[in-house]
Amino acid sequence: MSTNGYDDRKNRTNLGSHLKKETSVVGRPLMKVDAMAKVTGQATYADDIHLPRMAYARMLPSTQPHARIVRIDTSKAEALPGVLAVITGQDLPIKYGILPVSQDETALAVDKVRFVGEPVAAVAAVDEETAERALELIEVEYEPLKPIMSIEEALEETEVRIQEYGHGGNIHKMVSLQFGDVEEGFAEADYVREDLFFYQGNNHLAMEEHSAVAYYSPDGKLTLWSSTQTPHYVHRALAKVLELPPSRIRVIACHPGGGFGGKSDPFHHEICAAKLAMITGRPVKITLTREEVFYAHRGRHPVLMWVKTGVKKTGEITAMHFRSMLDGGAYGSYGVATTYYTGALQTVTYKIPRYKFEGLRVFTNKPPCGPKRGHGTPQPRFALEIHFDKICEDMGWDPAEWRKQQACEPFSLTANYLRITTIGLKECIDKVVEASGFKEKFRKLPYGRGVGLACSAYLSGANLPIYWNDMPHSGAMVKVDRGGGVTVYCGSTDIGQGSNSVLAYVVAEVLGVRPQDVAVVTADTDLTPVDLGSYSSRVTVMTGNAAIEAAQKVRDQLFQAAADELGTTPDNLEAAGGRIFRRDDPGVGLPFAKAAQLAEARFGTLAAVGSFTPPKTPGRYKGAGVGPSPSYSYTACVVEVEVDPETGWVRVPKVWIAHDIGRALNPILVEGQAEGSVYMGLGEALMEEQVFRRNLHKIPSMLDYKSPTFLETPDIETILVETNDPHGPFGAKEAGQGPLLPVPPALCNAIYDAVGVRIDELPVTPDKILKALERKAKGQEPRVGPERMPEVEWVEPIYVEPPSLEHDPSLVPSANP
Amino acid sequence: MKQLISLRVNGELYELYVPVHKTLLEVLREDLGLTGTKHGCELGECGACTVLVDGEPVLSCLTLPVEVQGRDIVTVEGLAENSVPHPLQVTFAELNAAQCGYCTPGMLMSAKALLDRNPNPTPEEVREALAGNLCRCTGYVKIVEAVRLAARRLQGDLGNIVEEIERALNEGVVQEPESR
Amino acid sequence: MLRLPPFDYYGVQSVEEAVKLLSDHGPEATVVAGGTDLFPKMKRRQMEPRVLVGLRGIRELYGIQPQEDGGYRLGPMATLTQVSLHPALRAAYPGLTYAAGVVSSPQLRNAGTIGGNLCVDTRCTYYDQSYHWRKAINFCMKKDGEICWVAPGSPRCWAVSSSDTAPVFVALGARVRLVGPEGERVIPVRELYGRDGINFLAGKRPDEIITDILLPPAEGWESVYLKLRRRGSFDFPILGVAVALRRNEDGTVADARIVLGAVESYPLEVPDAAALLVGNRLEPEVIEAAAKACFKPARPLDNTDLTLYYRKKMVPVYVARALRQLAGQPSDQARTA
Repeated sequence: MSTNGYDDRKNRTNLGSHLKKETSVVGRPLMKVDAMAKVTGQATYADDIHLPRMAYARMLPSTQPHARIVRIDTSKAEALPGVLAVITGQDLPIKYGILPVSQDETALAVDKVRFVGEPVAAVAAVDEETAERALELIEVEYEPLKPIMSIEEALEETEVRIQEYGHGGNIHKMVSLQFGDVEEGFAEADYVREDLFFYQGNNHLAMEEHSAVAYYSPDGKLTLWSSTQTPHYVHRALAKVLELPPSRIRVIACHPGGGFGGKSDPFHHEICAAKLAMITGRPVKITLTREEVFYAHRGRHPVLMWVKTGVKKTGEITAMHFRSMLDGGAYGSYGVATTYYTGALQTVTYKIPRYKFEGLRVFTNKPPCGPKRGHGTPQPRFALEIHFDKICEDMGWDPAEWRKQQACEPFSLTANYLRITTIGLKECIDKVVEASGFKEKFRKLPYGRGVGLACSAYLSGANLPIYWNDMPHSGAMVKVDRGGGVTVYCGSTDIGQGSNSVLAYVVAEVLGVRPQDVAVVTADTDLTPVDLGSYSSRVTVMTGNAAIEAAQKVRDQLFQAAADELGTTPDNLEAAGGRIFRRDDPGVGLPFAKAAQLAEARFGTLAAVGSFTPPKTPGRYKGAGVGPSPSYSYTACVVEVEVDPETGWVRVPKVWIAHDIGRALNPILVEGQAEGSVYMGLGEALMEEQVFRRNLHKIPSMLDYKSPTFLETPDIETILVETNDPHGPFGAKEAGQGPLLPVPPALCNAIYDAVGVRIDELPVTPDKILKALERKAKGQEPRVGPERMPEVEWVEPIYVEPPSLEHDPSLVPSANP
Repeated sequence: MKQLISLRVNGELYELYVPVHKTLLEVLREDLGLTGTKHGCELGECGACTVLVDGEPVLSCLTLPVEVQGRDIVTVEGLAENSVPHPLQVTFAELNAAQCGYCTPGMLMSAKALLDRNPNPTPEEVREALAGNLCRCTGYVKIVEAVRLAARRLQGDLGNIVEEIERALNEGVVQEPESR
Repeated sequence: MLRLPPFDYYGVQSVEEAVKLLSDHGPEATVVAGGTDLFPKMKRRQMEPRVLVGLRGIRELYGIQPQEDGGYRLGPMATLTQVSLHPALRAAYPGLTYAAGVVSSPQLRNAGTIGGNLCVDTRCTYYDQSYHWRKAINFCMKKDGEICWVAPGSPRCWAVSSSDTAPVFVALGARVRLVGPEGERVIPVRELYGRDGINFLAGKRPDEIITDILLPPAEGWESVYLKLRRRGSFDFPILGVAVALRRNEDGTVADARIVLGAVESYPLEVPDAAALLVGNRLEPEVIEAAAKACFKPARPLDNTDLTLYYRKKMVPVYVARALRQLAGQPSDQARTA
């Protein structure tokens, strides 16, 4: 199949209209609108909800990794005093899943269990102790099946299948795409290098354990309060599984106590709480234990990777061929999208004219993997940035200069038809190189100390929705009352990143009021217009644009009413400082509340809606839906390390990170995202990992699953680079995920600089460093990492002729509509 | 086994008739409605449930109410004086040291105990004192800054906290921390 | 939320009362001091006592007092924080106060007691798990099961001693006073410990409680403790090295003890290594030889964090670093929190 994948350059209306305006709210380091509630203990998290007559529920975990359920006897549990209801898979047989193509989950296992910890039955009781005691009285008889615990085993075993769908055997999904003739590219190259990498899976470890409270009222309405990042998708799943009309279901996302992607699927406990509430007529709460959070999982996929790149002596990349194999765990979750993401963003950082990607995801008898901060892209970025570091070393190139020379062009297309808008990558590199003293340190520090550089790009929201539809991705409503109060309603969920505050900031900016005069109502499917959720770094760009549109519509009405009063035309008016005034004579104006009263008298109740639909996707091939975004953020990172060659211990004294944010709506919130990303990236690089022994999770606790404390976390210097992106609200791009990506490879590049060994698999534990040093001492390749990629018969790639990668002025939106 | 227990929490005396095996965490959240104290593991492995007992940070998930009768228990709800928040609460809000906010109550309690015994801690001392509190959002950077800024404010003028909150809301960070 | 199973609680005021309750209730009862080890294990149903005897009200179990002989008496209810910050102890027994100060996290050191740390349960990947988790592997011999998953052919339990302070107390030659229904007795700390992971407190009868920890005079004794663990907080030791020694005026070692933590079900003394120090100055080659002699006796297994090969490899490295620290030689930047 061949296609000239690009045919749409429209959809550029109404862009950039707010880029150049002087701002009074945007850009300031303001307190978040919910900050005081959080520091006084007043913010409500799902487990904080206590309702009259509330029952508690617990779920019985499978003790088998892979088995047929022969019999479940719940009679003893039902007979226990205090038990209100017991349900099993037979009570909730309808399948669901976040992606339409992977509707493979049930709220409780039906017929078969696929990992240790998978919920098999649920009990509601008058208190949690009784519910827990009842679980021990449930008898489950299993007929064990062969457990499949690794990528290799999943590829070898074709008879015993974990799921009955997918590519065949235990392969869930296989993808093969080719943009241009890579073999021709390798033939043109002066140097070709191949490398293998492995990125271990890990958990989000949000501080809050997932929790949900459900209530089913006598008039047949279901309300679910939950610690979710995606109330809209939970709403859809509840309607499907419970066979209730969506109009009778209300999902309210409480403040999630951390998300990072771990609360973006519809979960067992949410559906069980709802079902048990329907049966008992009482509010029902389920709060997971920490161990159960490890079973709910949806964390980072373990990915085995192979990459081959050709370069010219002059530095240009001629072609890249990339393969990934993902260990998906027992269910689909976001996995099909994750698989594509391990191949999609390779082309967005440096110019790669020809590119081939082959990827597959297997099912294993482990808790399902899903999206974690960076969703499928930290793994390939880890591989690429170390691979490029090796190429620069082989060719004698300066790694900072080479990266700058090869950086993608602004307003250009990539080989796989992703549209780049603004790109601040070169400036990011310059800033971190300068701040860290990289040039003075690289290959010059004494043995045991080193610096490493890496870069990355990430999307500011996915252009395509999770389920196919033509509706907007984000909606917002702005209401102005007679007292001058403003309320913004939006379905988005603030998971701590500050998305509620972003709504207040942009609306306040447009209407010329203060953020604290803006009430924010979010994440309630009864009250707020749909926003798809807090994932894919989409919230600031999409809800921000939607809220700006709504606020501008209301402002138009305010201006029309005020213009008559002020003896001028609406286009001569401005809103700022709580006033609406004449541009040509700023002393002449009205208080905001007065303008609101005039407008309400003239137009009736003052409210308006806005929505955001991402630009159309240029790519026209199967799989083109994963990767496109309104804009891409860029990050460059330098990590400094001290490696103790006797113990293999790595200490990180400092990390420098520069991030192209487009525009910082609130710099202190952006810094927080960058710092948190560096922390989480280092955690993944140095210690966090899912470990399985005897077919179950070896370390499902906060003590044994190691996450960095204050004492392991370095100084972090954050530098913000602003490129004013025309697609972003006031020029903003994403910050929540991109800054994680370069941290692990920068760390590994620094370790090589320090002691001359390559650790090509995460996490970099001290035993791996010692092993690599021993190999070096013996004259063997000074490296620890995967040795081979399993043989697989890849499907014939879809062939797409790539576009030119040069800057294309026609991609620049006109500054004013 | 149930027992009559009297607890002094945030200066108020409560009398409760509760099972002895209910932890202080459970009693605070479920019997007293003080849900500001959070939990992330219930096993002493995360620090989210930290409260002060006679000024010392301890984990409420591993404390029996019967064993802390007659002692002064302070939770995040007791940090403010009437409507005036504690300077730590202000700096945490101001510097974005609370992202999701879930570790924040426990973090604040450890920080308060630190400042009460060491009014001017170095960044290293802050890290050591808070090393029993995990945070997954912030990378800890802004938390260290917030504790240090609160320390400086506590040593100076305490009178204008309300004004400072107002200014932080209007103008952004009220006082630049040293490290910025 | 993980919750405690039901139990009866008796807050006692005297040692006699405590001992009586313990002997009346037999194996159903256990004492609770700080609760930092017991409560998590109860929440995971690793321990299921029906009766808790709370020691907090026994006044004489508190305090840190100098003794007439020049030594110190530690009340077992002294918290780890109190021990770690005690100025006189820090001067006299720096290895001990350091060890107490690196147990777990600040909050747990505020609640956890020095007596509790001596008695801290042995740990294992296959044991320190919830009831449901352990059920999935059909349990282990330490609780509810038949087999040791770490060494399936072995008749004994290999759960690992995880106390930071026990190796130092053993190295310092400390003793404990035990009071039981039959009266009191004083035994060396080393005799508290049995030789397997289940009966790890074999030297103490279940109805006896520790009333005093007695440190010999520090006079001339130097001590040091180094701890290997992944993070600077929360984590149990995955290797502990305690060294106590006394030097003659000429700098030669007169007396030395080297004790390893977290490599066996009890604090492991390595007398052969210590003997290599005696009569010698702490010169690099002497240190090297003593460190090397610790390699073989240490037998870490696959039951805690990091690989057993790595932990074994670190034994001589940490012993050498501990000795270099005593010798005043520059110590490398070890992860010795």
